[in-house]
Amino acid sequence: MVALKPGPVLVGGVELDNHLLLAAGVLGTTGSSLARVLSEGAGGVVTKSIGPEPKAGHHGPCVMVYEGAVLNAMGLPNPSEEFIGELGAVEGRPVVASVFGGNPEEFREVASWFKDRVRGIELNLSCPHAEGYGAAIGTDPAMVEACTRAVADLGVPVWVKLTPNVTDITEIGLAAERGGASAIVAINTVAAMRISTGLRRPVLGHGSGGLSGPAILPIAIKCVYDLYEACNIPIIGCGGVSSSEDVLEMMMAGASAVEIGSAVMDGRGIFRKIAKDLYSEDGQSPEEIVGCAHE
Amino acid sequence: MNEITSHPVTITEITEETPSVRTFRFDRKFEHTSGQFVMVWVPGVDEIPMALSSENSISVQKVGEATTALFALTEGDKIGIKGPLGKGFSKTGRILAIAGGIGAAPLRPLTVRGLAETFLLGARTDKELPFREELPQYTDLRIATDDGTAGHHGFVTELMDDLDLSLYDHICVCGPEIMMKGVLKKLTEAGCAEKGEFSLQRYMKCGVGICGSCCTDPHGLCVCKDGPVFRGDTLLESEFGQYARDATGRRQKI
Repeated sequence: MVALKPGPVLVGGVELDNHLLLAAGVLGTTGSSLARVLSEGAGGVVTKSIGPEPKAGHHGPCVMVYEGAVLNAMGLPNPSEEFIGELGAVEGRPVVASVFGGNPEEFREVASWFKDRVRGIELNLSCPHAEGYGAAIGTDPAMVEACTRAVADLGVPVWVKLTPNVTDITEIGLAAERGGASAIVAINTVAAMRISTGLRRPVLGHGSGGLSGPAILPIAIKCVYDLYEACNIPIIGCGGVSSSEDVLEMMMAGASAVEIGSAVMDGRGIFRKIAKDLYSEDGQSPEEIVGCAHE
Repeated sequence: MNEITSHPVTITEITEETPSVRTFRFDRKFEHTSGQFVMVWVPGVDEIPMALSSENSISVQKVGEATTALFALTEGDKIGIKGPLGKGFSKTGRILAIAGGIGAAPLRPLTVRGLAETFLLGARTDKELPFREELPQYTDLRIATDDGTAGHHGFVTELMDDLDLSLYDHICVCGPEIMMKGVLKKLTEAGCAEKGEFSLQRYMKCGVGICGSCCTDPHGLCVCKDGPVFRGDTLLESEFGQYARDATGRRQKI
């Protein structure tokens, strides 16, 4: 099996301890939780998405877990500006703040709260179930470009997280690149729904939600592959990664690093476990692996 | 990744335990350890964490939107039950149970199996003592009320002064956090904080250890997955008894 040579990682202007990041929206509401994930082997963490106003999110049920897939509709709950206080617990660590807004000005305002406290900003232009936010604006290339530019102008590395719920994801990736993004994160959850036959209604309180977990890995691989062909900035692969084999697959498709979310369900130790399988002192340089499936 | 979904159940019986507490019995049994919880889905309203008071019941106090909606349901209505979730109380050795009000619900299953040697039950007043008629069959039940209408006139923690805490292996506690904080203080003074097992209540969105809304400081422990029952020594120097986060993640003083 292929292994990677360990060492510091620089992706999209952000220095990481290894190639494995905690994805936004998972265990990222508090500083102490982020610190715990880092202490358990993550090379970096992305916070819960923070917006311009505190939000309580959707009514439950918010999550159902299926074999190989998680269906969720949280509704972007977040403490807004008060989240700054949480970052004390992870000061100086590889932290990327995920932010959202309803327009470029809001993105810029929220990003400005964190710009000197984190290594990078990830724009959530992709949540599939929050009206007026996320994918509601992330499907419009002009809006994606404007939001990216508004934050990139702050002089901070900007990662743009994309939704797969579009006809052509490369159009959105190119818009982010034009706006000055340092990297693209692909993908956010896939729009999805299940119905409780016993209760004769959708299983989520919000009705529709987003699918994550191993079931969406093939969709994420395809998106990363297409973005690698179309764009010049680095890509961070996200969606269904739960083993070192999945990490290598993402990297061969074109990802320079990966984000891991739903797989923490099986324990936060997943980062250390994947790293143990992924790295070896006599392993290959990551540059030889990233995008090699395109040759 | 194993399936954790909500099972539709039909409410078969509703019993009034006290003027503010009702037990909802349903047509499906959930094998569990005392202290484990389920996410209760009230269709069209919300999904909230709730202790099982038996294999097929929850005992609920009307406190908010979802519990008010639950109180409006009748026998034959359907709800969803996801679980059992989390880690429960120890069930070996000599057990002292301490409950405040409806905090008695998660302690009931181990008590009716004869596992709690002594049970200290406190409430505001006589009429708000849940399960007081049945518990004496299974345990040495001692009562305290704030207004003195039954048992000791004062807090349930004061009943601990009559006991030799060194005789017990586990001290299982559930109730308002201020009351649990009082219990932990007494255990700490007696030098046995590690014997305490406290069932915490925190706002939860997912219940399965993925969203992070119930993470506590400073260890980043998830109440839904690492708890809801935590040992007393884990809670020393923590947010316990001081603050808890609301649905947005903002800290609210306890």
